[in-house]
Amino acid sequence: MGDWPGYLTLIVQGAWVTVKLTVMGSILALLVAFPAGLGRLSRHAPVRWLATAYIEFFRGTSIFVQLFWIYFVLPFAGLSLTPMQAGVTALGLNVGAYAAEVVRGAILAVPREQFEATVALNLTRFQRMRHVILPQALPLMLPTFGNNAIELLKATAIVSLISLSDMTFQAQVVRSQTGSTLIPFLTILLLYFLMSSVISTGVRALERRVTRGLDGVR
Amino acid sequence: MEWDWEFAGRVLPLLLSGLRVTLIATVLGAGVAAVLGLVFAILRRSPNHWISRPTGFVVEFIRGTPLLVQLYFIFYVLPEIGIRLSPLAAGVLGMGLHYATYASEVYRGGIEAVSRGQWEAAKATNLTTRQAWVHVILPQALPPMIPAMANYLLAMFKETPLLSAITVIEMMGQARSVANSTYRYIEPMTLVGVIFLVISIMSVFGLRWLERRFGGGHR
Repeated sequence: MGDWPGYLTLIVQGAWVTVKLTVMGSILALLVAFPAGLGRLSRHAPVRWLATAYIEFFRGTSIFVQLFWIYFVLPFAGLSLTPMQAGVTALGLNVGAYAAEVVRGAILAVPREQFEATVALNLTRFQRMRHVILPQALPLMLPTFGNNAIELLKATAIVSLISLSDMTFQAQVVRSQTGSTLIPFLTILLLYFLMSSVISTGVRALERRVTRGLDGVR
Repeated sequence: MEWDWEFAGRVLPLLLSGLRVTLIATVLGAGVAAVLGLVFAILRRSPNHWISRPTGFVVEFIRGTPLLVQLYFIFYVLPEIGIRLSPLAAGVLGMGLHYATYASEVYRGGIEAVSRGQWEAAKATNLTTRQAWVHVILPQALPPMIPAMANYLLAMFKETPLLSAITVIEMMGQARSVANSTYRYIEPMTLVGVIFLVISIMSVFGLRWLERRFGGGHR
């Protein structure tokens, strides 16, 4: 008992791991969300099936099971990941599946006339997405992406169960060393809340920036 | 290590007994979430700022922090102030509380979607507040909420493996204890994944039906 600065250092180190997981997981989620979301709208049936299979698989099983599977079962298939790699993979692929549905929904929400206009103007499929559809769909995706990022942050807590020393893991360490339960858990709850507030504030600022100049258009 | 059907066959009954606990926890948690969610939604609508603002903060706080940490909090901190809960009770309370914050948003949306005219008509026909809620507002507000609620029910079902972290022996808990004692992860983990996937896919069909039946009535 008594070494509170030491325990606080542990928790701060854990917080850094949590931040890294959240950032890398979100990047991976974004990287898979767009191909998967667009893939579901593809005109080629096999691409659609592949995207649908990925999305339904990751949305249909829980992140916890996916993480354990990636960490404990994949090594038997010859693919050993460090806890950090397994965590980022599971979080990114899981949240990516949810985000893919957001991408799909936002693209479908762009009015049909916009698609028709691009056809009338003889734009290529790439030009259509790049210059007309995505610029209108992105602002629709942002708020839900923000929620997805918060879900991802919350899901990082489970990596403590595959012995990755994130914030939750460190709080358990402090609990077992000091016997104190209220202080470590309350501290990390506040830190998690602080982080999710940062995400939601950041996304709102980003939203204002992307929708700048669109007043009155929508 | 190869897949062993004989071992998988021996693990499956254990997992199915765990599934029973999973389902019990889901149903009880959903009950807690449905009731607490309504309480949160009503308190948040209170005209008194001393009630609505703290409720709003509590809801945002619970929603912005991980369920796992909340479960630890309930499981480890409450006994210190004299509230002893069984692991399952702590799990149900934690999940119920967490999902109540999501449910309260659904209630809020549903209640706000009932048009103002309905409130005015209730007042004009001299209904009491209680009568207005029971006979006018809720019958219109509840059916459109059903698909969204079912969605969260499914989400909660998928989060039940977290209960194994506070020693509830549900399906994932069974799988982990089998895996830890036999050092075979491949069969129990894969089977748990398959069972979750099967139940989720079946539920998705149920959800689509609910959406056709109750959703989109206003469209």
